Amino acid sequence: MKYEAIVVGGGHAGCEASLALARKGHKTLLVTGSINNIADMPCNPSIGGPAKGIVVREIDALGGEMGRCADKGAIQVKMLNTKKGPAVQALRAQEDKTVYPKEMLKTLQKEDNLNIKESLAEHLIVEDNKIKGVILEDGTRVEADVVVLTTGTYLKGMILVGDKKTPGGPHGEKDSKFLSTDLKELGFNILRLKTGTPPRVDIDSIDYEKTSIEPGDDKELTFSFDNKAYYDYKNQIPCHLIYTNKTTHDIINEHLKESSMYGGYAEGVGPRYCPSIEDKVVRFSDKERHQLFLEPEAATNDDPEYGNTIYIQGFSTSMPEYVQEKMVHSLQGLENAKILKYAYAIEYDAIDSRQLKQSLETKLVEGLFTAGQINGTSGYEEAAGQGLIAGINAALKLENKEPLILKRNEAYLGVLIDDLVTKGVKDPYRLLTSRAEYRLLLRHDNADIRLRDYGYKIGLIDEEKNKQFQKKKEDIEEVYKILKETRITPKKETNEKLEKIGTTPLKDGISLYELLKRPEISIENIKEFIELDYNYDVLEQVEINTRYEGYIKKALKEAEKMLNLENKLIPENINYEDIPNIASEARQKLSEIRPTSLGQASRISGVNPADISILMVYLRKNGKYE
Amino acid sequence: MNDTIVAISTAMGVGAISIIRLSGEDSIKIANSIFSNDLENVNSHTINYGYIKNNDEIIDEVLVSVMKSPRTYTTEDIVEINCHGGIATTNKVLELLIKQGARLAEPGEFTKRAFLNGRIDLAKSEAVMDLIESKTETSRKLAIAGLEGKTSKMIENFRNDIKDLISRVEVNIDYPEYYDIEVMTIDKIKDKVKELKETLEIIIKESKNTKILKQGIDTLIIGRPNVGKSSILNKFLDEEKAIVTDIAGTTRDIVEGEVLLNNIPLNIIDTAGIRTTEDIVEQKGVEKSISLIDKADLVIVVLNSNENLTGEDKEILEKTKDKTTIVVLNKNDLEQKISKEDLKDYNVVSTNTNSNEGINSLKEKIIELFNLEQIESKDYNYLTNIRQITKAEQALEKLNDVEKGINNDLPIDMIEIDLRDCFDLLGEIIGKTYSDEIIDHLFEKFCVGK
Repeated sequence: MKYEAIVVGGGHAGCEASLALARKGHKTLLVTGSINNIADMPCNPSIGGPAKGIVVREIDALGGEMGRCADKGAIQVKMLNTKKGPAVQALRAQEDKTVYPKEMLKTLQKEDNLNIKESLAEHLIVEDNKIKGVILEDGTRVEADVVVLTTGTYLKGMILVGDKKTPGGPHGEKDSKFLSTDLKELGFNILRLKTGTPPRVDIDSIDYEKTSIEPGDDKELTFSFDNKAYYDYKNQIPCHLIYTNKTTHDIINEHLKESSMYGGYAEGVGPRYCPSIEDKVVRFSDKERHQLFLEPEAATNDDPEYGNTIYIQGFSTSMPEYVQEKMVHSLQGLENAKILKYAYAIEYDAIDSRQLKQSLETKLVEGLFTAGQINGTSGYEEAAGQGLIAGINAALKLENKEPLILKRNEAYLGVLIDDLVTKGVKDPYRLLTSRAEYRLLLRHDNADIRLRDYGYKIGLIDEEKNKQFQKKKEDIEEVYKILKETRITPKKETNEKLEKIGTTPLKDGISLYELLKRPEISIENIKEFIELDYNYDVLEQVEINTRYEGYIKKALKEAEKMLNLENKLIPENINYEDIPNIASEARQKLSEIRPTSLGQASRISGVNPADISILMVYLRKNGKYE
Repeated sequence: MNDTIVAISTAMGVGAISIIRLSGEDSIKIANSIFSNDLENVNSHTINYGYIKNNDEIIDEVLVSVMKSPRTYTTEDIVEINCHGGIATTNKVLELLIKQGARLAEPGEFTKRAFLNGRIDLAKSEAVMDLIESKTETSRKLAIAGLEGKTSKMIENFRNDIKDLISRVEVNIDYPEYYDIEVMTIDKIKDKVKELKETLEIIIKESKNTKILKQGIDTLIIGRPNVGKSSILNKFLDEEKAIVTDIAGTTRDIVEGEVLLNNIPLNIIDTAGIRTTEDIVEQKGVEKSISLIDKADLVIVVLNSNENLTGEDKEILEKTKDKTTIVVLNKNDLEQKISKEDLKDYNVVSTNTNSNEGINSLKEKIIELFNLEQIESKDYNYLTNIRQITKAEQALEKLNDVEKGINNDLPIDMIEIDLRDCFDLLGEIIGKTYSDEIIDHLFEKFCVGK
């Protein structure tokens, strides 16, 4: 069998990677352990959240599918952080765990250039440090010029419940036994990581009287720039909030040694940002309670698999089953709850992401790309985003074109990948808004403005969507022009209007643009002075960019400073042993990571400003850059 | 970067010994080439006895310390030659070393290498430079305080406060639905920022005092021709009978003389013609003086109290309104024509150049204005150079922006930008820029995560 591209793994990363390759016209094979579990959501039933929600928008802007599928599967949607300003707002949707994967599978099956094969890839075919294909579990050789590995938790995956260890995936699927050994032999450093999920309980066995309700927002919201909502915002399915209590904590402390983690049964490193309930109780022993969300996993009870399950978010554990029973029953409202699926931890192999290029191609094997949990990240959105970029760059590689590398001031995806290849991970990596230096530039609302042109140029955004987008940009410019050219003067009528809005009356004439700069004035207020018949997302751009102009300019200036250092390229063949006086830790890190620019070098931990000065002096002295 | 540098590291003059220091890859080789015994195979951190020789001629009997990389001040190979004092001998040895391939070090180059090689942090290297350049006993103490990392520690503590504040804001943003975590509302930030601002203001104010301790008070004497400026200057200089430097042509070419006042140097800035009275040069001098007002820490405006205020006088007074200014009413033995009302916003000293009392009250005024008596008793726990002070001032400016943003009802994500800038600036003072610090702090402090 011969393809142009092979994608190994049908999770969120694999789906986006396959679609990008196939849509760019490359014959692609997607190898997955189970077609039924394609785009499965084995953890929480939601997509989005701070930073992650913005990633979904970025995926959509570039021509990926996660946003559209999430819109299809949404059962409750919320815009988070609305009171904290435009930079940090992000969408989060509770998802129907059946609808989302089904929608994604349908999308994959529509692609002519994409074949899906149910099998496990167990070996890589590598010749002269170039990828040539994979060997499946039954010994079939499949050849291809590029391979994208998106193996998720399946590299030597191991499910842990108390002292019980079972090889395989969350639904009892088979794990890949040999692939990570192959990778190790090729020179990759293999990490062992761990993550976990909470128990799921029967929806009808909960006493909701004892919980408080968490509804969605009272309006229609979407991830995709298609702006098409599929849920009824007036009939959203709520979540419920409960808390752990002293009894819960006592049970946990009493049985601590029986958990996989504290009993010493686990080898993997778990995520800091997503600790198990045992971790929370131990590390923050002074806290009297921890909050838990009861989240539905499907829209209706008719759903055979998820229709009657509730996911207890915040309660992930690796305790044995009988302790989980006790723990769950200690919770208010869950005294009689019936556990339908026990919590478990899962361990898996990952590679050292510092062995990747910014394009997500591995440095060791040409044509081999990796994305998602294999790179040490966690989260559906982080996986899908990397999958998309890896897919795009694998396709560009086939086309002999330069890779798409997003910068830290362009996209959260840029921040994510740069962090991975520069800093590496110790525990599973999650995106946070605080990881972005220029988050005022990386907003939910402007993801299309930032990235859609790339999507079009690459060929993942079609003509019609592009036309719409170009129109949006023209409209924005038009509104600016109108606002700048329309002046209001201190007439009695005008000043009365202004006072009614709650802003100071005029002494001199000003343009509407200047008026909009006042913090208390919104674009809606402006409409009282002039008719603005434009879409909300057009007006929103004008409003945010005008009102926060000062801060945005500052961020742009800072970003420019960063780019300056980013544009100082380090030659690929540099030998750090030749540079005198660099601290030995820095020398070692630089030799390992081989940053492509001084900017990237400056972000490596262990490389301090003095080392950067020395490196800069060395490069300049040796005429290595202008 | 890796050439070998050499310098005489002890003060020039007739001391008991002088030390010549070499640093760089070839230090040992170069020293060895003029030493009587073999230095290339001795252990690191040893002192070796022998002779410095120029071919067969013995120049001096010396002790040579050999310290091999990396456990040295610069992290490079270092050799120190202890010569018997005496300018001629020391210079001869230095000359020989240069002939053998060492390069005469630029001022501060050893310290610069120590910094670039990651041996010491920025604040510390600055402290070393301060120590080398310190003029008085007080400034020497200050430099030592900086060297011990007290400055770094103080800024570190202050920076930690900001880090804590940012983490609280961040945790609310990245984990919006954690109801048990305190929400950092604008009001809470406002109070905290006010408190931080006050602390930073004190640090800057005291630091400026320490800058004065170290570098002296740049003092400008200004006034129309023939009002008695030169007499006042001469009186000052005569009284102190000491440090008159004529460093023309250097960067400090405008400094005419230096006076120690309570052990604090008073750098008297003057312009052309102060010694030649009544000529055209001095006429231009007034214009030039006005241009120097901004640079001065202290402006002494000299007026002839026997004449009415002229337009020029008024211009000078107007320009010095916001500076630390003392108005000297000279010629108080003659009829007084200037009304006290015109000078009510100024510190006024009445004098006549023929008496010493006037000069003394001027000195007392300076001591009072600059708190010089109190400065002496301080802990020396402050920023000690202009770079640090400027960064601290920029950090303070950021805190002002935070307040402005809060007052304008801007959302927290905007306000936080200025907080972060402030955090970064403080990091620059101590040469620390670790980007994951806030995230690490956040996870240490808060219990968040699904």
